[in-house]
Amino acid sequence: MAISGKEREDFEKKLEAYVGIDIGLEDVGRNPVNEAMVRQWCEAMGDELGAYTDAAAAEQSVHQGLVAPPTMLQAWILGGVAMASGEDDPRDKQKELHRLFDAHGFTGVVATNTEQQYLRYLRPGDEVRAKTSIESISEQKATGLGIGYFINTRTVFRVQDDEEVGSLTFRVLKFEAEERPAATDESAAPMAGKPQRIKPALGHDNEWWWQRVEQGELVIQKCSACGALRHPTRPMCGECQSTDWESVPASGRGTIYSFVVIHYPEVPGYTYPLVVAVVDMEEGTRFVSNVVDIEPEEVEIGMSVQASVELVDDEMKLPVFRRV
Amino acid sequence: MPTTLKNEAAVVGIGETEYSKNSGRSELALASEACATAIRDAGLTPADIDGLTTFTMDTSDEIEVARTVGIKDLTFFSRTPHGGGAAIGVMHQAVMAVATGSAKAVVVYRALNGRSGARYSEGVSGGPTTSDLIHWSWYMPSGLMTPASWIAMSTQRYMYENDCRPEDLAEVCMAQRDHALKNPRAFFHGQPLTLEQHQGARSIVEPLRLFDCCQETDGGAACVVVGPEMAKELPHPPAMVRAVAQGAGADQESMTSFYRPTIAELPEMQLIARQCWETSGLGPEDIDAAVIYDAFSPNVLLQLESFGFCGKGEGGRFVREGGLRPGGRLPVNTHGGQLSEAYIHGMNGVNEGVRLIRGTSTSQPEKNDHVLVTAGVGVPSSGMILGQAE
Repeated sequence: MAISGKEREDFEKKLEAYVGIDIGLEDVGRNPVNEAMVRQWCEAMGDELGAYTDAAAAEQSVHQGLVAPPTMLQAWILGGVAMASGEDDPRDKQKELHRLFDAHGFTGVVATNTEQQYLRYLRPGDEVRAKTSIESISEQKATGLGIGYFINTRTVFRVQDDEEVGSLTFRVLKFEAEERPAATDESAAPMAGKPQRIKPALGHDNEWWWQRVEQGELVIQKCSACGALRHPTRPMCGECQSTDWESVPASGRGTIYSFVVIHYPEVPGYTYPLVVAVVDMEEGTRFVSNVVDIEPEEVEIGMSVQASVELVDDEMKLPVFRRV
Repeated sequence: MPTTLKNEAAVVGIGETEYSKNSGRSELALASEACATAIRDAGLTPADIDGLTTFTMDTSDEIEVARTVGIKDLTFFSRTPHGGGAAIGVMHQAVMAVATGSAKAVVVYRALNGRSGARYSEGVSGGPTTSDLIHWSWYMPSGLMTPASWIAMSTQRYMYENDCRPEDLAEVCMAQRDHALKNPRAFFHGQPLTLEQHQGARSIVEPLRLFDCCQETDGGAACVVVGPEMAKELPHPPAMVRAVAQGAGADQESMTSFYRPTIAELPEMQLIARQCWETSGLGPEDIDAAVIYDAFSPNVLLQLESFGFCGKGEGGRFVREGGLRPGGRLPVNTHGGQLSEAYIHGMNGVNEGVRLIRGTSTSQPEKNDHVLVTAGVGVPSSGMILGQAE
């Protein structure tokens, strides 16, 4: 439970003292703006604008020379690998503020949003440094993650001659994580750790089918009255309106009716390029899933495939197809 | 069966915000601005409006829009589901309201921060357990969860069954870009697209490449619908609604109707087309230009077939022969479409349809007696035919 009463009042009074102050440190770029870093960044981001990397093209552009992508602004002052392992600087008021939150039970932290403003393009040779201040701390909020406070910081970037070139606002939520029920509730799976695939939402009409998959089976719903097969599962037979149903095992044999090769966007938990096919099952229904252990360019409509139920990540079983 | 909704209503005002990648303001602000502009364009005041309708996906409530714009009493308000499929469904609602006397003047609106806010390209991943989420659950585990991936699935089969080449998808994009060159509202205003650029762009979901996919846009669009008598008193030539219809086909899923005998056709669009032709008494040969919903380039090919502008499987050939271009058999998406102007969920297309009838499109064909406007593909959808006052 979050603190309350006098304790909360005292705590919030302490927070007030941080609003408006400089965090006490200046971040100084370890290298001036330079072509090598710009080129690497552009390669990583897939940005091919000539004004960033091609001196001749840049000369012809409105910039009349090489410039750095504006969105690199913060990259020039980041501390590099040391950021992950370094000790907190005792002069850092932002860290001090976070420790104060930690001490009152608000141990969770999540970055929520950031905005950047650019006043001019940076050019090779510009020496960037930045000062950060704590702009505001919100009142106590109830969020989806738990009770907490939003902290807004503002970083102003300057170059030689003290010229301001841009700024960045950054907002984090310091929160007290809600107590979650024990791990029997699958929907409350841990957020941390290796990303897993998105699991199906389970309801009356599909849960039984996914439970059978968990047991390693691929089954097809069958109307008990007229015998019609149906997939995806539904609570009533569209042929005879009977609500009585059973299931029959699927052979898993089928042919590819259509397929796609997904490149973008890449969702954590999945491996790309990702092949997904609509498969005509031997029984006459269709089923949609991945085709695995094949080069995407070898997948064809009409290809014979066989389903097998297997783990597709650390947690979920799914029927997937292989070429036969 | 024809409906009675022939010439029972007209679009008399249109309005929109600027289209951008970061509007810097709320969706309510965009919706209100678009509505106020449309009302002004119609020669009306907010107090004249007594109906409002939008998409279920719109985040700006009708009563919030009414309060913000200064609209007073409302006797009609409604919402239409299924994403872009609602683009003409909302017109259907407005026309029915006006034709039945439920309202005298209805504003139709849609506004979204589609780029700086929630981006539809990121697909589905969760939410409350509704029948809709149970539906997506058949696809999320295998990773088939974005609009591009669902449309790519039917496109792959369409290209397999028919004479349709990657160059034909490119032609849809290039023809629309050709129209967009002169449209200052268009994101790609003044920027031609070449076959090499189209084919050289990165693959999003094979067989779709980058330019086959519509943009994500911040912006709002709205229009005003009134009865034919009132329309006569207003400043602009009315765009008469000759027919308007909705349709959901047999075995329909939202975007994933993979269980039909063929997935290379659009039964819901065929259903909409039949109603439009029967009600209007017109046929494909009577249509001079069209706004055909284009969240993805292949959407256009399949709809040309659904509405009978060409035979089944002939969409590729139709576009290859230059049919969509300025001066072609059927100039399509003369504003650039959602590929080249903006993605406002089809509402910007409604406004372009009205401009075509008024004769004020930036890529205006000479003959403009009748214009077809359609809504989203892959979902339960809608369409209408606009015509000149008689």
